[in-house]
Amino acid sequence: MKIDKERLEMLKEIMALDFSGVELNLYLDTHPMDQRALAIHNDYTIRSKKLKEEYEKKYAPLTHEIVSKCPWEWIQEPWPWEIDYEMGGR
Amino acid sequence: MWIYEKKLQFPAWVEGCDIRIAKGLFAQYGGPDSELSAGIRYLSQRYTMPLNEVKAVLTDIGTEEMAHWEIIATLIHKIIDRADPEELKKAGLDAHYIQHGRDVYPHDAAGVPWTAAYIQAIEDPITNLTEDMGAEQKARTTYEHLINLTDDRGVIETLSFLREREVVHFQRFGESLRMVQEWMNKKKF
Repeated sequence: MKIDKERLEMLKEIMALDFSGVELNLYLDTHPMDQRALAIHNDYTIRSKKLKEEYEKKYAPLTHEIVSKCPWEWIQEPWPWEIDYEMGGR
Repeated sequence: MWIYEKKLQFPAWVEGCDIRIAKGLFAQYGGPDSELSAGIRYLSQRYTMPLNEVKAVLTDIGTEEMAHWEIIATLIHKIIDRADPEELKKAGLDAHYIQHGRDVYPHDAAGVPWTAAYIQAIEDPITNLTEDMGAEQKARTTYEHLINLTDDRGVIETLSFLREREVVHFQRFGESLRMVQEWMNKKKF
């Protein structure tokens, strides 16, 4: 399913930020005193939160933790497995 | 507790012409060294793990494996969703189509259903973590075999990401094992 290019770029940016968060989280689990990694983790978290807020306001909810208009907005497509993420592919 | 986020960990994509590789991808959906095995294994092992660092590693990697399981399903879904029964048959997926249609189902590349007998949780943290390190390497090798068998650029790119995650997880489990060994030595002497 094709989605609006601007929306796709924003979603992929959120995915990239959150992946970085996951990677830093894992690293910090075994290096809890690494202040540099901690600072990067916190920075990514702030950036991700901000961008998600913007995305949810502009497009659609990313979790069910939203204040929804009627009808319930969570059920709207596309679901993550339906999106065409790359040009020339699906 | 988990909460679903409406996004994938990686923008999984396919060119879609290599239907045969969908059959192979089931290795990582419901095979012995699949993302499913990994997730269930780590999440089952965390309750008796002695160190906070390692409880976190098992929780976080176990959770990430569920996200990878979803990525594998997405690849399979994208490939077989538009294939007709004749194409599925040519790709060796006739048995799958008969029993499951175009749904994904946790079986391996040969159709053998997933079983908890693939995994272990045996309390001893050294034993558990050593199994986990082996599991990560087996998954890495499976990804390399899959990459060797396809020319779909999307599948290769997505599997390369997952392969790298296995390497990182192996690293974190190695550190966890070392921490547990140091903790056990401290306890004794």
